[in-house]
Amino acid sequence: MKDTRAAHVTADGRTIGDVILDLRGIILRFGGVEAIKDISFDIREGEIRAIIGPNGAGKSSMLNVISGFYHPQEGEVWFRGEKRPPMKPYQVARSGVARTFQNIALFDGMSVLDNIMTGRLNDMKAGMLAQAIWKGRAEREEIENRERVERIIDFLEIQHIRKTPVGRLPYGLKKRVELARALAAEPDLLLLDEPMAGMNVEEKEDMSRYILDVNDELGTTIALIEHDMGVVMDISDRVVVMDYGRKIGDGTPDEVRTNQEVIDAYLGVAHD
Amino acid sequence: MSEAPVSIPALLARNARDRGSRPANREKEYGIWQSWTWAEIAGEVEALALGLLDLGLEVGEHVVISGRNRPALYWAMVAIQRAGAIPVPIYQDAAVEEIAYQLDHCGAVMAIAGDQEQVDKLRDAAGDASALRHVIYLDPRGLRKYDHAGLTAYTEVQETGRAARERLGAELRERTDALGLDDVCVMLYTSGTTGRPKGVVLSNYNIIQTAKASSEFDRLTDREDVVAYLPMAWVGDFIFSVGQAYWTGFCVNCPESPDTLMADLREIGPTYYFAPPRVFETQLTNVMIRMEDATRLKKALFHHFMAHAQRVGPAILDGREVSAVDRWKYRLGEAMVYGPLKNTLGFSRIHVGYTAGEAIGPEIFDFYRGLGINLKQLYGQTEATVFITQQPDSEVRSDTVGVASPGVEIRIAENGEVYYRSPGVFVEYFRNPESTASTKDADGWVATGDAGFFEKGSGHLRIIDRAKDVGKLAGGGMFAPKYVENKLKFFPNILEAVVFGAGRETCVAFLNIDLNAVGNWAERNNIGYGSYQELSQHPRVLETMCGHVAEVNRSIAADPMLSGCQIHRFVVLHKQLDADDGELTRTQKVRRKVIGEKFEDILAALYSDAEEVYTETEVTYEDGRKGRITATLRIQDAEVQPAAVPVREAAE
Repeated sequence: MKDTRAAHVTADGRTIGDVILDLRGIILRFGGVEAIKDISFDIREGEIRAIIGPNGAGKSSMLNVISGFYHPQEGEVWFRGEKRPPMKPYQVARSGVARTFQNIALFDGMSVLDNIMTGRLNDMKAGMLAQAIWKGRAEREEIENRERVERIIDFLEIQHIRKTPVGRLPYGLKKRVELARALAAEPDLLLLDEPMAGMNVEEKEDMSRYILDVNDELGTTIALIEHDMGVVMDISDRVVVMDYGRKIGDGTPDEVRTNQEVIDAYLGVAHD
Repeated sequence: MSEAPVSIPALLARNARDRGSRPANREKEYGIWQSWTWAEIAGEVEALALGLLDLGLEVGEHVVISGRNRPALYWAMVAIQRAGAIPVPIYQDAAVEEIAYQLDHCGAVMAIAGDQEQVDKLRDAAGDASALRHVIYLDPRGLRKYDHAGLTAYTEVQETGRAARERLGAELRERTDALGLDDVCVMLYTSGTTGRPKGVVLSNYNIIQTAKASSEFDRLTDREDVVAYLPMAWVGDFIFSVGQAYWTGFCVNCPESPDTLMADLREIGPTYYFAPPRVFETQLTNVMIRMEDATRLKKALFHHFMAHAQRVGPAILDGREVSAVDRWKYRLGEAMVYGPLKNTLGFSRIHVGYTAGEAIGPEIFDFYRGLGINLKQLYGQTEATVFITQQPDSEVRSDTVGVASPGVEIRIAENGEVYYRSPGVFVEYFRNPESTASTKDADGWVATGDAGFFEKGSGHLRIIDRAKDVGKLAGGGMFAPKYVENKLKFFPNILEAVVFGAGRETCVAFLNIDLNAVGNWAERNNIGYGSYQELSQHPRVLETMCGHVAEVNRSIAADPMLSGCQIHRFVVLHKQLDADDGELTRTQKVRRKVIGEKFEDILAALYSDAEEVYTETEVTYEDGRKGRITATLRIQDAEVQPAAVPVREAAE
């Protein structure tokens, strides 16, 4: 079922390239519990890759493995054709992977702008003293970073809340700000953990639009976890299905939709 | 050039030469105000015009423009003129059917769209038989994977234009130089409270004469700053942001996005400002809501000084006599309250502001005038290139629309309808000679369709209502729905009101609550509600509305001519009247007939003795999908006053 095609162009004109991230035989245990049981799949450059599955299937654990938060006991993570040694999350972030969280993790007391600016911290080289005096390199960096952040604000259409403290924003907008902060790091691979959880239909439509636009206009590769099957099937190029830590399906939305094991996992199956 | 410029492109050339380094446009982008000088925009316009020539635009063809206010779209209008073609700005929120009608009616060959949404709508609207052969877009977002046959980016058209300068430059110069005062400057569709929109053709003469006269009337200079945020399809925006801006050479500023308007307004601090009454109403409501949250000391200061401002502010503004103590106290108020408030609203630098389109509530008007903002009213319409009457400084009142604008003649017909003749009178309705003939007579007099009279003493014009809306009640009394609706709408809780009663014994009304004001009140009084519909039918909201209607009835009863127009029964509607549902025009005026037909069941119930009515309504969502909402509305009986004088002038 694995997609072995080389770089190709999708029906809507996007280019799906080589494998950017390859997970080989990942096993993750917490004590005696095996959260991820020997899973392998890959993510190709330029695609939207969804990870779906019932509650407790191990989706978030999988994302945490990719972002370097968890270190699998067995298996290998290959990033850009190189085997990745165990890394700290910040090292992973520097290598071009950014993420959002299931429970929004923003600084409530800070403005939207400042929150998004924190997404660029990894690119600031000036020392603490230089930043305090705000001269020379620090000033140049700040201006340059601000410009990039402003482009993201424009892209996600949140100009009107630029100066608003995040704590005062409604849920849907906070989610958008979190996406903005992840984008500020200019990632090659963007991990979205349930970007549409708790949203109403209209907010979901907006968020889907932004995810597609990010992928299309910025060319960012996206891996996302989502519960809403309708959304997943609409926007993803390929889907991995997990159940009890195992991979039970992998392929295009159409392939996954007709996979009997997937249907059983989602609809339940009679045990008699 | 010795003689006066005779076209907008000629004015642009003059400005680029005489004040080339002065700012002509600003737009906030990426959080920073970007600006363009007159010399720069002359270059931008030329590049685009050359590109349009390269795409095969011919003299006299129509080009539709659709999008929010952005400098590049204003340049597009002038570029189209330079190419000898006619710009047709349309409402960006228009439904696909409306756009289809307009595209077909003017036979537009090209369209310039602001973004993907506009491109989609234009393409949907243009049928197979459409003459539309090219769409040019400004914001490329989301459009990358579109089929680009007949679709080009604005910047790309300009690139091509710059490259083709040698080849097409002479042709472009020739076309631009050929423009004269009698050539068409712009065509604008009137929203039309009834029937199909009509394409109003305005010549260079109309625009330039009007821009000149109105700029002189208010002594506008090239140091003005305006914020362009009203629809580009509206004649007012064309006159302010193109006509007057090019005539006097002042700077037009465009907001970053529609949601940032208030912040942008505050940063620019316009010196010359225009807004329909609703914008002023909303701003005042917001100020009041925010004051509710202020500390007690601030609240007390605010109310104390605002009361003083209401009392003496307008008099100080008009230069009338005010005691030294009051003056001193006003100055103190300026430092403590008025100044900071004006700064928050973006009105610190304003020296003349206008409101028009609808009547403005006296309290709202006095609030702004009290602050020292020179807010005035004007009366006009598309066919007049805006200006019919204006209020001169120091002759400003909320219930009149002022005296004839410079160069305008006005007469009142026997039936009370207002007629005018002016240099601004439109050329014709495009492809509609019958309507042209029935609106404009051979001597150039135009029927406004409004009934009004000149007030004795001041000589100011007062508009009562749409002439065709002014009717008779079954008892013979005069029925002037707008007059009553305006009185109702002056309450902040009432967003919209529609009054019926022509040919009936009594008048009834539909009301819309203002969700902002009523919602805030509900929050303060711990009244929970799940939806607009639920809030609108809350017993305490209905109670408040009864109070408002009774108050309006009392004030109407005092006017012997109109005392028959008191509201006997009313309902608070379960949905907000909306232009997408055809209930309002794009300029937010109620379409009484459409509403009466659509809510026939409710209207019938109002004229029966039913206590409530069940109704189903079709609604259109923003994305064009339709849905149905159902509701049971409680009918309210209003307190009616006995007429002060028996109804006079029964059928004679």
